[in-house]
Amino acid sequence: MRKGKNMLEIKNLHVKLEEEDKQILKGVDLTVEAGKVHAIMGPNGSGKSTLSYVLSGREGYEVTEGSATLLGEDLLEMDPEERAALGIFLAFQYPVEIPGVGNMTFLRTAVNAQRKARGEEEISSTDFLKLVREKAKSLKIDAEMLKRPVNVGFSGGEKKRNEILQMAMLEPKLCILDETDSGLDVDAMKLVSDGVNALRDEGRGFLVITHYQRLLDHIKPDVVHIMADGRIIKTGGPELALEVEQNGYADLLAEAQ
Amino acid sequence: MSAILSRSIKTKPSAARTTATEARLGAMTAGATAGWSVTAREAALARVQSMGLPQPRDEYWRFTRPQSLVQAEAPAAALFDAGEAPVFDEIDRVKIVFIDGVFSAADSDPLELAGVTIERLAEATSDIHWAKDLYGVLEERGQDPVERPLAALNTWAATDGVLIRVSAKAEKPVNLIYRHESETSDAMLHHVIKLEEGAELTLLENGPAAARFNKVLEVDVADEARFHHVRTQGRDHERRAATHIFARLGRESLFKSFTLTANGVMTRNEAVIELLGDDAMAHVAGACMGDGREFHHDDTVFVTHDALNCESRQVFKKVLRNGATGVFQGKILVKEGAQKTDGYQISQSLLLDGDSTFLAKPELEIYADDVACSHGSTSGAIDEEAIFYLRSRGVDASTAQDLMTIAFLAEALDEIEDEALREALLERLTGWLERRRG
Ligand SMILES: Nc1ncnc2c1ncn2[C@@H]1O[C@H](COP(=O)(O)OP(=O)(O)OP(=O)(O)O)[C@@H](O)[C@H]1O
Ligand SMILES: [Mg+2]
Repeated sequence: MRKGKNMLEIKNLHVKLEEEDKQILKGVDLTVEAGKVHAIMGPNGSGKSTLSYVLSGREGYEVTEGSATLLGEDLLEMDPEERAALGIFLAFQYPVEIPGVGNMTFLRTAVNAQRKARGEEEISSTDFLKLVREKAKSLKIDAEMLKRPVNVGFSGGEKKRNEILQMAMLEPKLCILDETDSGLDVDAMKLVSDGVNALRDEGRGFLVITHYQRLLDHIKPDVVHIMADGRIIKTGGPELALEVEQNGYADLLAEAQ
Repeated sequence: MSAILSRSIKTKPSAARTTATEARLGAMTAGATAGWSVTAREAALARVQSMGLPQPRDEYWRFTRPQSLVQAEAPAAALFDAGEAPVFDEIDRVKIVFIDGVFSAADSDPLELAGVTIERLAEATSDIHWAKDLYGVLEERGQDPVERPLAALNTWAATDGVLIRVSAKAEKPVNLIYRHESETSDAMLHHVIKLEEGAELTLLENGPAAARFNKVLEVDVADEARFHHVRTQGRDHERRAATHIFARLGRESLFKSFTLTANGVMTRNEAVIELLGDDAMAHVAGACMGDGREFHHDDTVFVTHDALNCESRQVFKKVLRNGATGVFQGKILVKEGAQKTDGYQISQSLLLDGDSTFLAKPELEIYADDVACSHGSTSGAIDEEAIFYLRSRGVDASTAQDLMTIAFLAEALDEIEDEALREALLERLTGWLERRRG
C-alpha cells in the first residue's frame, strides 16, 4: 500500500462536449495522493483545462465513460458547490470578472458557504478581516484591490494572485492550478509559488497544469504527467518536465504513437 | 410653415377617448370647490377635457396598456400583509400616514420639523397660499411637449396630500407612508414641495397606497437647494399605480430620486425634470424586480436641459422573471443654448428566463453643439460564467444568482447617497430575492 491516501482518482475518463459531437478526453487515468504535487503538461488544446473544468463541475460537458472520485466520493454526480465543499478548488486559467460584486463580499460569501455546507459556524467579521488581510499581504494584494469588484480591472497577474488568495482562504483538499503561472512576472511567480507551498501539507493534493518548467522550479512536483489529445501519454518524475522544456513534445508524441 | 402647423395642431380626442374620459370624469368630483387651488383645478379639468385620457394606441402608451389606470371603476386589489417591518422603520424621520389616500392624524407624527412647514392639502383652504404658485403649475409645464393627462386629472381631483415648504436644511427626512385597508380604494394624492434657496430635504415614500393610486409630486428646487427622494413600491400584489414627479431645478441645485419597485400588476412612474438654472444636477434612478406574467412596470422619464453646465443621469435596472414585463421610455432633451450639458441615460434589464420582456425607448434630442450625452439600453441573461465561478467557490446556485442580481442592480442603488437608506433598500431587495428562491 502507498503511504499517502488517494485523494483524487480518475479512471478511464471520457468526456465530450454536450452541444457537439466532439470527444475531448479520451480515457484519462490519474491518481493524486494526499500530500503530493502532480504536474500536467501538454500541448495546447490537449484537454488540460477541460479536465479541470470537468472535475470542478462546469456545465457543457458530458462524461461518456469512466469515473472521478475525491476522497472516495463520486465527484461527477455533484453540483459544483458540493464539490467545492468537499475540497475541490480550481484556480482558473481565465479568472472571471464579476462587476458589482465586491471582492470582500465574494470571499466572505464563499468562506461561509463552505463552512455552512460542512456544518460549521460562520466566521466572525473580525476573524475574517484579519485572515484576509494577512493572506492578502503575503500575496502583495493591497486593500484597494480587495474593495474592487471581483477581478474587474485587475491585470492578468493580479487576477492570478487573487485566485491564490481565494485558495488560501478556502483551504481546499485538492488544488487544481490551471496555468496560474501565465501572465505572472518573475517576482509574482515567486509570491504565488510561496503561497502554494505554504499550503502544502500531508492532507492536501495538488494538480498543477503548466507549460513551463520555471513554475516547477518553485513548486517542486512529485509526479509529472504529459497529456496529449485527451489522454495521459506519459508519467514520470520531475525530470520529465525538464525534458519537455528542452525538447518539446515531438519525441514524446512520436513515442506514444 | 408646415413644421409650425404640425406642432400646433393637436389631435382631436377620438370618440372612444371622449367616451372614456367622460366616464371617468363623471365618476369623480373636483378635489376642492373653494380656496386658492380652485383656479388651478378648473384649468386642469379643462386640460383633461381637451387632451382626453390615454388610450391604447397612443404613442406614449405604446408599451403599456392604460385601461386599468383610466377606467371609471378601480379594479379591486386584495389586501396583503407582508409580515415584516416597514422599510424605513429604523430611520429617524417624521411620519405622515395616508390610509387609502386619506391623511391619518392619529397614525402620523406631529407635522413639525425645524426649518420646514408641513400642511395637509385638504386643510390648506385659505384664499392665498404659497403653494398656489406651484400646485398644478409644474404639472402643466410638464404637459409640453408630451401630454400626461392622468397628472392633470390628479390636479383637478386630488383631495389630499402634503404641502411642504423647506427653508433650511431639514435635520431628518419626511416619510410619507401609505396604507391600503380597503380592497376597492381609488386614491389620488397630490404633494407639493418647495425648497427655498440653499434648503435641503429628504423625502421618503413607502407602503401600498390603495387598490388604485394616482399620485402627483411637484417639487420646486430653488438655487443651491438639495432634494433627495427615496421611495419603495411593493407589498401590494395587485397594485395599480400611475405616479408623476414634476421637478424644476434652479442654479447649482440638486435633485435625486430613487425608486425600488416590486410586485404590483400595473405601475407607471413618470418623472419630468427641468434643469433651468446653470450648474444644476438631476439624477433619477430605479431598480425594479418583476415576477410573473401579471407584472408590468413602466418607467417613463423626460429630462429637459435648459441651462448651462448641468448634469443629468437616468439609471434604470430591471430584473424580470416568469413572464414579467418591464418598460423604459427615457428622453434627454437639450435645448438650444444649454451648452456643456452632461447627460447620461442607461436602462438595462436582466431577464432570468426566456419568458420575460423588456421594452425600451431611449431618446436623445439635442439642439446645442457643445454637449456630452450618452444613452444605452441592454437586455440580457445572467452571466453563466460568473455563476459557475461563484459555485466553484462553494456558493450555492440560488445565492450565486442573488449575488449576480444585486450586482446588476448596484449601479442604480448606488444613486442613493445616504448609506443607511441604501442599506435599508438593499435589505428589502435581499428579502424579496430570498422569498423567491426555488
Ligand atoms: N466549449 C467548447 N467548445 C468547443 N471546443 C471546445 C470547448 N471546450 C474545449 N474545446 C476544445 O477542446 C480542446 C481542449 O481544450 P482545453 O481548453 O481543454 O485545452 P488545454 O489543454 O487546456 O489547452 P491550453 O494549453 O491552450 O490551455 C480544444 O481543441 C478546444 O478547442
Ligand atoms: Mg488550458
